[in-house]
Amino acid sequence: MKSLSEIDTISKRASKAIGFSWGIAEEVGKNTRLLEMFGLPGIKHLNYYFKLYKKQKFQNISLISKLNSSKISYCPITAGVNFLDQINILQELDEIIFENVACPILFVPFLSRASEILGKKILLKIDKNVFLLNFNQSIYSNYFDTEIWERAEKLKITFIENNDLFSETEWKEIYKLSEDTFVDETEELKQTSAGAGLTDND
Amino acid sequence: MNVELRDPKIIMKLSKLGSFHQSKLSFLRSFLNEFKDWNYRRDLFDLDENGYGRAVYSFSKNNRTYSLVCFSNKIKDEERSDRVIATKWDAAFALHDGIPTKKDIERLFDNVPKQEIGRLSYKELTLSRANKSIRIFEHVVERLSNGKQPDKLSLSKVGYLYRTTAVYGSGKFGLADRFRIKNRKEIYGPFRLEMMLVYLVRQFTFDQVNHIAKCKNPKNAVKLDIDICRNLGIGNSTGLGMAPFIVNHPTLLNNWILAREISLKKIREIKNVEASESDLFLKCLNKSIKNITSWNSESSFQQKKINELLSDLKKIINHLQTEFSFNIENPFNEIYLWCEKNLNDECIEYIVSMMMEPFNDIVNPLIKEMSAEEEKYFSIPVNRNIVDLKKILEDQYSEIIKIDFSKKERNQNFWFISKNKEEPRVADRFLNKGSELEQPLAIARDIKKLYERILNQKNSLTVGKFLTDNNDLRHVVRRAFITEKFPYAEIQDNTIDSNLMPIDMLRLKLSFFGAVKFDPRSDKWLRINMFQGAPLPQELKSFDEHWIYNSLN
Repeated sequence: MKSLSEIDTISKRASKAIGFSWGIAEEVGKNTRLLEMFGLPGIKHLNYYFKLYKKQKFQNISLISKLNSSKISYCPITAGVNFLDQINILQELDEIIFENVACPILFVPFLSRASEILGKKILLKIDKNVFLLNFNQSIYSNYFDTEIWERAEKLKITFIENNDLFSETEWKEIYKLSEDTFVDETEELKQTSAGAGLTDND
Repeated sequence: MNVELRDPKIIMKLSKLGSFHQSKLSFLRSFLNEFKDWNYRRDLFDLDENGYGRAVYSFSKNNRTYSLVCFSNKIKDEERSDRVIATKWDAAFALHDGIPTKKDIERLFDNVPKQEIGRLSYKELTLSRANKSIRIFEHVVERLSNGKQPDKLSLSKVGYLYRTTAVYGSGKFGLADRFRIKNRKEIYGPFRLEMMLVYLVRQFTFDQVNHIAKCKNPKNAVKLDIDICRNLGIGNSTGLGMAPFIVNHPTLLNNWILAREISLKKIREIKNVEASESDLFLKCLNKSIKNITSWNSESSFQQKKINELLSDLKKIINHLQTEFSFNIENPFNEIYLWCEKNLNDECIEYIVSMMMEPFNDIVNPLIKEMSAEEEKYFSIPVNRNIVDLKKILEDQYSEIIKIDFSKKERNQNFWFISKNKEEPRVADRFLNKGSELEQPLAIARDIKKLYERILNQKNSLTVGKFLTDNNDLRHVVRRAFITEKFPYAEIQDNTIDSNLMPIDMLRLKLSFFGAVKFDPRSDKWLRINMFQGAPLPQELKSFDEHWIYNSLN
């Protein structure tokens, strides 16, 4: 089994070799490591994408907007790097759509890292698959395919506000149960607890 | 009295970093302190009469065990090479996480002797190989088998029976990634597992030499004297592989240097020094002279440094004996200021190391701060403005941005990864091919490029927007923001200059390892000694923590 350190180093070098700058290659190294750590096929897709990259052109996006559409497939790496670099502006948008993205799995770790930077969960829908990116701590997904995912028709990104996933009633019910671990204090103990007996206006 | 931390622009110069010496902060000393209450065992020792076979040594405590698995085998003299391109070694080692099963040992037997072309698993933590110092090894076997101890003078010239030629860790060749073990308190400090491997290898070398001598002459052979063992370390040949590490781990580098600088600052700030403290400082200083006089090197570069160090040490000892009294306020500050005025870098840094010896209260808490989580600082703060970036460059890299890179000599070298052994190398850009595949280690040049490029940008432009068109400099934008937080993160020098001495970079790292007897064999590799004078495993429960100055040599 390859170590994550090997995966990081080799992905970085390969990215430089294919033509990306060292700075972007560093990002790809970290990303591929993340994908593999979260159980997603990073090396498999990176290897495939670089084979395509040698043969065909991909669209490099610089400024990302609400709707990004291109006849030529977007490069998931430049799209991802620019997404990270513009994250503070992009979070103001309710949702962002990319149409026609090559090897979309390679875009996922950029969003995972963006989720950590923003402190917000990000919901990513790629065609029929859903990815919930949890502050770069985990990726929840219904994607279990082992085949190469060469192109996504539509990729929709939604920033999720930090809200509870439960109702106030549910919280009160569970809180009430937790109170069963408390013990009633006697009057005598109340008189000797911290702050007792002293004036608070001194 | 408040003493300022020393200026990174002076301390982080390569010539200064290349003058660092071991100290109480050094990893091999910390390792021994941290493992003194662990149980040491030799679990397996299955060597034939020539010393070939396998052995297992372990440290254990509570439910945790670390086991060194050793394989030694016959190689031809012409196959023995310290160079990284070698493919056979006298012995090969892996540090296994836990107690290895028979199946594990067989798996390791198939892979460990192959080193880089073998595969390790997440159950292994470090990997190494070593070659005998044939001259010394055979001499020791010969003498012991005849019932005599070896000639101490011959031993002192070399200082070890074996030298390692590489020690790998952190995920190389399938070894465990750091994330798997980083929460273990006992190995939280940097390079603890590498230190453990080398320390246990040292014991294997003594056991092997005793075993061969005994097999050779069962009736008359004697064991290698304990005092002699203690004064033998493990040699190491170190090349450029180490150099990029310190560029690629900026926060770690910062934390190492910062620990040293905070120690020095606090020691200089001590108003009144106890007699026991000044006595210990002087005792270590005087004792250490012995180590320096036995420091052999054929390198004229190193000879000059050793001679300067010796002459400077005589100067300061004379000063301390004839002109100085510790009965003044802030005596160590006075000593330090005198050193800066009168001594060369080599000796100044030697004295800095020595000053730490009496002050466990200051130094020990800092040892716990010497690890780093590089990943935490990987993201670029893209919402910051160009004016912030410009200020960082002007504040933190003021010397770097003065370098004139239009001159050929300032661009003379380039760093690359060799195709045949995947190891870092440095070559002349104007004589050798391959500079288009240069590694991102020319930080000074790229920082200068970044500075020139942002001069034409609006101050209010965000870094994120700047990067849209300037991703070729992304790697140094990242570094600049790291350096803003960690002032000792960056080498304040040009790593591609015609005057570059790569061994300065190696020396820096090795000093933090705790290596002694730096012996450069060229400007690109050197030999060193580790654990010379260190207590033996059975002595770990109680030992003199200033053992490094106790060498008999």
